[in-house]
Amino acid sequence: MAELTDLTVAEAAAKIAAGEISAEEYGAAWRAAAAADELNAYLWTAEHAESLEPDWNGDGESAPAGEGEATPYGSNAPAPAESGPLAGVPIAIKDIFTTQGIPTTAGSRILEGYRPPYTATAVRKLTAAGAHVLGKTNMDEFAMGSSNENSGYGPVLNPWDRGRVPGGSSGGSAAAVAGGLAPAALGTDTGGSIRQPASLCGIVGLKPTYGAISRFGMIAFASSLDQCGPFTRDVTDAALLLGVMQGMDQLDSTSVGIEGGIELPTREDLAGLRFGVPRELGEATLDAGVRAVFEATVARIEELGGQIVEITLPHAEHGISAYYVLAPAEASSNLARFDGVRYGLREAGDADLVEMYETTRSVGFGPEVKRRIMLGTYALSSGYYDAYYGQAQKVRTRIAQDFDAAFADVDFVITPTSPSVAFELGAKTDDPLAMYMNDFFTVPMSLAGIPAIALPAGLAAPEDGGDGAPRLPVGFQIAAPAFAEQKLLEAAHALEGALGFEAAAGDAIPWKGGARHA
Amino acid sequence: MIDREQVLHVARLARLRLDEAEVETIAGELSGILEHVDRIRGLDLEGVEPTSHVVHLENVLRADQPWQSMPPAVALANAPEPFDGAFRVPSPQADAD
Repeated sequence: MAELTDLTVAEAAAKIAAGEISAEEYGAAWRAAAAADELNAYLWTAEHAESLEPDWNGDGESAPAGEGEATPYGSNAPAPAESGPLAGVPIAIKDIFTTQGIPTTAGSRILEGYRPPYTATAVRKLTAAGAHVLGKTNMDEFAMGSSNENSGYGPVLNPWDRGRVPGGSSGGSAAAVAGGLAPAALGTDTGGSIRQPASLCGIVGLKPTYGAISRFGMIAFASSLDQCGPFTRDVTDAALLLGVMQGMDQLDSTSVGIEGGIELPTREDLAGLRFGVPRELGEATLDAGVRAVFEATVARIEELGGQIVEITLPHAEHGISAYYVLAPAEASSNLARFDGVRYGLREAGDADLVEMYETTRSVGFGPEVKRRIMLGTYALSSGYYDAYYGQAQKVRTRIAQDFDAAFADVDFVITPTSPSVAFELGAKTDDPLAMYMNDFFTVPMSLAGIPAIALPAGLAAPEDGGDGAPRLPVGFQIAAPAFAEQKLLEAAHALEGALGFEAAAGDAIPWKGGARHA
Repeated sequence: MIDREQVLHVARLARLRLDEAEVETIAGELSGILEHVDRIRGLDLEGVEPTSHVVHLENVLRADQPWQSMPPAVALANAPEPFDGAFRVPSPQADAD
C-alpha cells in the first residue's frame, strides 16, 4: 500500500470520510514526518504541544480555554472540528498567523515566547473544517525577504538541494510541503512570498485576490498588499483550501470573499481561453533554463487549445521601485507596535521610555527589518513624501491600469514566477537590491491586488552550479482578474495535467525521498 | 546620496538605535536602493490618481452592538511588565533630548 503521506489532501480527506484510512494514523504519520524536520522548516510542531500547556503566561497557567467564546474573536482555541471537508488533515501554518496559546514569532526575536490570545481567522476556518495545526513554519522576519535567510531563527534549507535557499518569505511552509513534512501549508504573499518559494521548491502556491481571505490575525507587514494563501502539491488541494478559507469576515473590514465560493477544478483543456504574454518579457533578465521552461509551457498551452496573445505591461518594470517604497512605508508604520510595552521583548526597562523603545527595537529586529523600517520612514519623512510615496502610489495605479487593459483582451497573463531557480545560501545576502529583484515577476500582481498561481512547470540546471549539478524546479505564473479564482484554478488544473511535473521529475521530487543530502 | 546625518535623523524618527558600523552600512544600502527607486521619480504621472488600496470599499460598518472585549488578564498575559491591571512603562521624564 502506498504511504499515507503520498496522498494529496483531497485524497486523504475523502478516504478519511469514507472510513478507508484512520484519521489518527494519518495524523500520526504527518506528526512523525514533521518531527523529523532536517530543513529548519518548523519553529514549533504539534509534538511540542504536551509540554506547552502549563506555561502559557510564564506563571504555570494554561491558556484560557473558551474565554473568547462570546467575544468578536469567536471560538479561539484552534481545536479541530470532528467533521468537515478537511477532517483529520494536519496543515502547517506560517508563523505569521496568530494561534491561541501556541508560540507565534513571525520569525522575529522581538516576539520570542509570545503566545497570542486569539487565533487568526484563516486558521480558525481551517480548524472549523476539521484540519489540525501541524506546526508553525519558519519565515523571513516579519515576511521581509526572498530567501528565508532573514529569519531570526536561522535559514530554511531547500529540500531539493540543501545548499540552496527555499525562497521567501514563506520559505518554511514551502520547504515543509516540498520536503514531505506537511501535506499542505499556509503562507502569506505581500510581493511574491507564496509564489516565489513555491517556484523554488517545485510546488503549487496561490496568492488570492486581495480581500478574498480575512487578514485578521495575520501579523501585518504591508496592510494594503498582504494576502494569505495555500501551498499544496497540486491545484485541486489549493482550490480545496481556498474554498475553506475565503469569505468576508467582520474582523477585517477589507475582506470581501469570493462570490459563489470555490469548487474543485475539473477542466482538462484550454480551448477558447486567451493567455497574454507581456511583450516586455523579451528584455527581462532571467536564466536561460527558466526561459526555456516558460517557452515549453507556452507550447503546452497551445496544444491544449489555448491561444497565446502578446500584451503589454509598460509600467510593470517599475513595480520593484514602487513596491520597495510602498511596502517599507506601510511596514515602518505597522512595526511601530513592537515597542516593548504590550508583548514580546523589552530591553533597558530601567532606563527612560525612549531609551527602552530604541534599545528594545535595536536588539529585537534583524538587519533587513531595520533596513526596511529605515527605508519606509525615509520615504514618508517630510520633504520626501511626494517624491517617493506619492509617486509610488501613482505607479501602482498605472500598473493596475495596465492589467485592466490587458484583461480587456485576454483571460490570463502568464510569466515565469522567478527569474532563476533556487540560488545558493549566502549568494545574495550582501546585496539587498539583487535580493529584491527576485520579486520582479510577482510584485506587479500584488500591487494590482489580483490573484496569481505558481505552478511547477519543469526543471532547469542552476547557472551557478557546477557540472552535474542536479536540475531544480522552475515555476510558471498565471494571473487573472480580481476575484476570478475559479477560472484561474480551472486553467491551472488543465495545464497541470498536461505538464505532468510529478511524473517528469520522478524520483528527484523530495517528498518522494529524492532530497539531496548536501 | 544618503549621508550619515540623514541616517541618524531617520533612525531617531523610527526609534531605532544604530551603532557606527550599522550607520555606515545602512547609508550605503539605502543609497543603492534609492538609486534604483529614483527611476520612478522621472516618470510623468501628472494627474494620475494615487492608489492607496485596491479594494474600493467605503463605510464598512458593523451593527452597533456591544461586544465583550478581551479579558484584561488575557491582554496582559504577554506583557513584559504587567502592573496592577495595566502595562507598566519606564518614566518618560528623561525624554527631553
